[in-house]
Amino acid sequence: MKLTYNIQGGDFTHAGHPSSEVKKVLKQLGIEGKTIKNIVIALYEAEVNVVAHAWKGVVDVEIDENKITVLVNDEGPGIPDIDLAMQAGYSTASDKVREMGFGAGMGLPNIKKNTDELLIETEIGKGTKVKMVNYFS
Amino acid sequence: MSGQPTYHALNVDATKCIGCTHCMKSCPSEAIRVIDGLAVIDYDRCVDCGQCHRACPSKAFYVEQDDLTKIRAFKYRVILFPSVMIGQFHEKYSENQIYEGLKKVGFTHIFEVEQPMQVLIDSINGIIENKDTPKPVISIYCPAIVRLIQGRYPSLTENLILRKTPHNLAAHFAIEQLMLEGALREEIGLFYATPCIAKIASVKSPVGERESIVDGIINMNHLYNEVMKVIQEKNETDNSEQRENLSREGILWCLPRGESSHFGSRSMAIDGIHNVVRFLERLENDQVHGIDFLELRACDQSCAGGILLTGNRFMTVERLERRASRYPSAKDIPDAVIRVDQEALKQKLILEPINPKPHFTFGKDRIKAMEKMDRAQRIVCFLPGIDCGACGAPNCHALAEDMVNNKAKMSDCIFLQQKWVDEGQIKAKKAFLNVQKKWGTDRFKADCNKRGRRNEGF
Repeated sequence: MKLTYNIQGGDFTHAGHPSSEVKKVLKQLGIEGKTIKNIVIALYEAEVNVVAHAWKGVVDVEIDENKITVLVNDEGPGIPDIDLAMQAGYSTASDKVREMGFGAGMGLPNIKKNTDELLIETEIGKGTKVKMVNYFS
Repeated sequence: MSGQPTYHALNVDATKCIGCTHCMKSCPSEAIRVIDGLAVIDYDRCVDCGQCHRACPSKAFYVEQDDLTKIRAFKYRVILFPSVMIGQFHEKYSENQIYEGLKKVGFTHIFEVEQPMQVLIDSINGIIENKDTPKPVISIYCPAIVRLIQGRYPSLTENLILRKTPHNLAAHFAIEQLMLEGALREEIGLFYATPCIAKIASVKSPVGERESIVDGIINMNHLYNEVMKVIQEKNETDNSEQRENLSREGILWCLPRGESSHFGSRSMAIDGIHNVVRFLERLENDQVHGIDFLELRACDQSCAGGILLTGNRFMTVERLERRASRYPSAKDIPDAVIRVDQEALKQKLILEPINPKPHFTFGKDRIKAMEKMDRAQRIVCFLPGIDCGACGAPNCHALAEDMVNNKAKMSDCIFLQQKWVDEGQIKAKKAFLNVQKKWGTDRFKADCNKRGRRNEGF
């Protein structure tokens, strides 16, 4: 089963739409609450990353019997130093973004914490591809 | 308790229902369908919020209640009610007059439920101060919200505060007080005047309690009418000693911010079930941080907007705020006035854990659920997406779900039917019969009971 959503960079008003929709689907499939929570938190963080840093992005979700795979691909500046970005509290978000209550530097660490598998590919000036996998219990 | 059937007080009167879809559209849990021209409630999904009752133009929803004559079986006849009961009455009636009116109706003792309030406030604070309690804690005061969370936000059930509501507090308090006066437990009959449908269901089949403490339920609008029949215009008796345990906090408890203003360093109060749904979506997505306490109520203006109240909710709020200002703070009420053992009372307020009851799934088998969901998503592509409700389901999504659960057919969609008639795939007669099957044969008879009927402005 496949789901696709578009994300617009800078559009904080609508951040959270894909994660809410995915949550609805997982609930209807009877997936355990804890697992749903992890997936939704990770996806929401990934969405906010696109909104806060990139120009635009696409979320592709694939659900099969045992797992959910979420791909978040964006066109954006890329991540100069992934290791640094993985550290809690490190952020390159602008003051404007921080004033809106985002950019606390917890995005990638939070994604890591809430996914079973995480793969990040990035190219400076082109964009970032995030692949997240969660297994159902 | 799981395993026990859940009691629901809401029913549809088939002689009054005109199958107009207003209820179906207003239901926050998509629990209503129109079948054979009548509204049908799916009780597994119903949270007893009463939105349908409010939305119905032909007053077809009715609420079961106990017969007032049932109170005669007891020597001590106690009426318990939340303070909104008093807030309904015009200012010209004093509290003394209203209390005397209730006695004339047949009750021997009157207990507003929000007393002794400090016991419950302390008990809830004990939970919040515990570092291991998952935050934000969510009040269980509104039973429709508890059922909504069990069914639609099962992961949040662990945030519900396991402390009983004021009606239990006052019920235990009333029993203790009357027994101090020499009453035997079996001589005491407790009757609760309810402002809403959800409270009826929660008193009849309580969540997290073994059995209900209350002997009967009276709808507040019924009681209001009974009191209005006998109430005196003149103020003669002073019965204020019956209210010496009432506090400012207690009187305001059922109003917006009545609870949240006492708890945690950061708290929120949200009223109106659709507002609550939008907020809980965010809370469940972990987008709400740093909040200690949540007061969530299904009705706009909380219990002052209860479905079984008479009068305007905002006027009720204003009257109660004025009333509250005349009363002392709960912490200033001396132990000598409370009399009963407060620690023992506190122990009685502890609830058993509340279990999730998810009702939005496509079944337990995940593979089958995925197949169903896939099919439903493909079906939605063919539906018009205007959510007209003419198929008897609240929106196109719900129709698609009903189809994969074998509860509806593609031909229930009147737009698809029109298209098929146009393409010559079905005859116009057949399409008409389809509509009749959903809406009954009398649908097109002239009927002046529809909305916008005679004697009603447009």
